[in-house]
Amino acid sequence: MRKYVTTRRLDRVFLELYRIYIFIGRFFKEVFLPPYEAKEILAQCYEVGVRSLPLISLTGFIIGIVFTNQSRPSLAEFGATSWLPALISIAIVRALAPLVTAIIAAGRVGSSIGAELGSMKVTEQIDAMEVSATNPFKFLVVSRVLATTLMIPALTMYTMFVALMGAYLSVHQNELTSITTYFVQVFSAISFLDIFASVIKSFLFGFTVGMVGCYKGYHSSKGTEGVGKAANSSVVTAMFLIFIEELLTMQIINAIRAF
Amino acid sequence: MKKEEPKIDYSNKVIEIRGLEKSFDELDILRGVDLDLYQGENLVVLGRSGTGKSVLIKIISGLLKPDAGRVNVLGQEVETLNAKELQALRLKIGFSFQNSALYDSMTIRENLEFPLVRNSRHMSRKDIDRIVEVVLDAVGLSQTINQMPSELSGGQRKRIGIARTLILRPEIMLYDEPTAGLDPITSIEINKLINEVQRRFKTSSIIITHDLTCARATGDRIAMLLDGQFQRQGTFEEVFDTNDERIQSFYNYNFIQ
Repeated sequence: MRKYVTTRRLDRVFLELYRIYIFIGRFFKEVFLPPYEAKEILAQCYEVGVRSLPLISLTGFIIGIVFTNQSRPSLAEFGATSWLPALISIAIVRALAPLVTAIIAAGRVGSSIGAELGSMKVTEQIDAMEVSATNPFKFLVVSRVLATTLMIPALTMYTMFVALMGAYLSVHQNELTSITTYFVQVFSAISFLDIFASVIKSFLFGFTVGMVGCYKGYHSSKGTEGVGKAANSSVVTAMFLIFIEELLTMQIINAIRAF
Repeated sequence: MKKEEPKIDYSNKVIEIRGLEKSFDELDILRGVDLDLYQGENLVVLGRSGTGKSVLIKIISGLLKPDAGRVNVLGQEVETLNAKELQALRLKIGFSFQNSALYDSMTIRENLEFPLVRNSRHMSRKDIDRIVEVVLDAVGLSQTINQMPSELSGGQRKRIGIARTLILRPEIMLYDEPTAGLDPITSIEINKLINEVQRRFKTSSIIITHDLTCARATGDRIAMLLDGQFQRQGTFEEVFDTNDERIQSFYNYNFIQ
């Protein structure tokens, strides 16, 4: 008869925390050790990066337009619509682009990773890799986490550009501002720290999306029901963690800015 | 069809299990299992669903850890091996899964190459192609090389699953329900293939099944797993020559089915 250290439920919570710790630790151990699955990493980068472009382009462009249109009336009350490019650039570069990109990636890529690995787990494909003396962790987890960690910052930069172009369309239509003036105002409002902080934040978001998707998929169980749960909880958990990380990094960056 | 007499070396144990115990949550599955597999032998493990047959071979291959007991495979204690040693041991063990476990995002060629490329990094493209052709020919499915697993029938998937394990030239084969879900004709073909693998690749095998036709066709020895322990071992006739109702009902039910 199995004995529990505390209660059955509490033991499971501690066991889950321990498994997460081991999983992340194993990633950092394996990522630096050869052999490197370069082909699989490139394939995953293509999947995460290139195949997300249409959705990112559309969402980024619309966010730029909508945010500008929604901000204009408030600024117009003070006769300050000329500040729109500065306001938009700060909002997009500091918060909207990294957050929106990460949320889209969590929905599109995180769920896909969770479902794919979950399906491989319940159909014993991961076990099959393991017993054939190969390293499924390196092939499946390291490649996917690296791909999301590297591609989401690149996508964030792209979202910034597309959103700013969307915003320009609205600004140009209403305030008849030229593109040169618009971008001069955009870049005068932001600093190197803003862009640098957003990119660093995006690395963290990318790591989170990949790691959560892989963890949930790698440990899924109970057949097809488990695959659905893995996909679903990959998205929910990743989004939750992304918002927490956004809150924490914002505090840190503001402290650096004040310093 | 009568099986060709195999060359079994009864002085050489390739697997030795003593006092093996395994439980999941509060359910005791294996309760002190003792088992030996000899060089060149096909050992069939029979038992009802949920009796721990698959758990047994997963412990042998190091996929699961036992709660208690000793598992010695090719002279090595499995539970004491580190990751690198376990990986080296796994090169000598082939595992054929119940649902074949083919990588469904890869072609048959990529499925077969997968373990080979990762375990022989310096092998030339020509050698890889040659070995893939040899194992595909051994299971009689050379024409499927560029197909996806989803395009194959259940029997073909089983054969490819066996081919993928053979590609590393294992000394021990572990078959998990090799005929489950197959029609009788395809089951007979799989049984023949298991015997062919034993003869051609000189493997020692554990075949997990509840199919008595498969057990009789492939097994040199049968071990009956009941209540978490091996209750009877011997030839097919010896195992079922008993008044034990549990074993008799297993026999009757299987052949009525």
